[in-house]
Amino acid sequence: MERIIFYLLAIFIVVFALLSVTTKKLYRAAIYLLFVLLSISGIYFLLEYNFMGAVQLSVYVGGIMVILIYAIMMTDKIEGPLRTIPTTWKIVPIIVTVATAATAIYAIVTNSGIQKENVASVTTVDQVGEKLLSYDSGGFVLPFEVISVLLLAVMIGAIVIAKAKKLVDQQKNIKL
Amino acid sequence: MIEGVTLVEIMSLTTILFFIGVYGFLTRTNLMAMLMSLELMINAEAVNFVSINKYLSPAILQGQIFSLFIIALAAAETALAVAIILHLFRLTNTIDVKEVKTLKY
Repeated sequence: MERIIFYLLAIFIVVFALLSVTTKKLYRAAIYLLFVLLSISGIYFLLEYNFMGAVQLSVYVGGIMVILIYAIMMTDKIEGPLRTIPTTWKIVPIIVTVATAATAIYAIVTNSGIQKENVASVTTVDQVGEKLLSYDSGGFVLPFEVISVLLLAVMIGAIVIAKAKKLVDQQKNIKL
Repeated sequence: MIEGVTLVEIMSLTTILFFIGVYGFLTRTNLMAMLMSLELMINAEAVNFVSINKYLSPAILQGQIFSLFIIALAAAETALAVAIILHLFRLTNTIDVKEVKTLKY
């Protein structure tokens, strides 16, 4: 049963990711990306890491996608199709990505003997919380604090960048 | 771990997802579309961390907490990138990488 659900989610992820990188309209690309993120949260729930699935749903689907869709609304020209590189040049990225992906999958398949079988483990929220705030060996309290400072710096930086003036006069000064 | 699904299948899925993201990053010239391809790549990495942790050493939680940090960093990166892109759009009225030359000289 889990196998069937996993393969359904995998088909969803691959199909919608391909549609998201090949569609000609930016809004549709954003909506396809939303479906990919939802399916990935399903994979987290299948892996019995419920907290991560909830974080994926709330941060990615609820936060990042809303930011992206608002930014698309403010920057996209609705009438024209999305510009890509010329069609004849697309053969180069296709060759590069297919060859690299084939190499990576070959390496994964040939080194698959290290897996432990039948280890059932559910990660609960209190395990994650204790690990994040413990300062024993293997604890993560320092990265936790660093990332909170980083998020504050990013918020201030985003406000400063978004509030900057139009810089037209400054560009003239630069040209002088 | 998922019943009846091996680590190889999950890692093949995330590899395919990562390289779909690389393909999108290489072919798009719109900055917002490139940012969305970047999200695909970051998601593939987070799934990889969680699945390797679940299958190979389920007693410790290192990979799972790493993926939490990856999501926090991705949120920070997206907010900052969107701010930069919006400001670039106000400056130059385009967000196409072929036409944006503000940082070039």
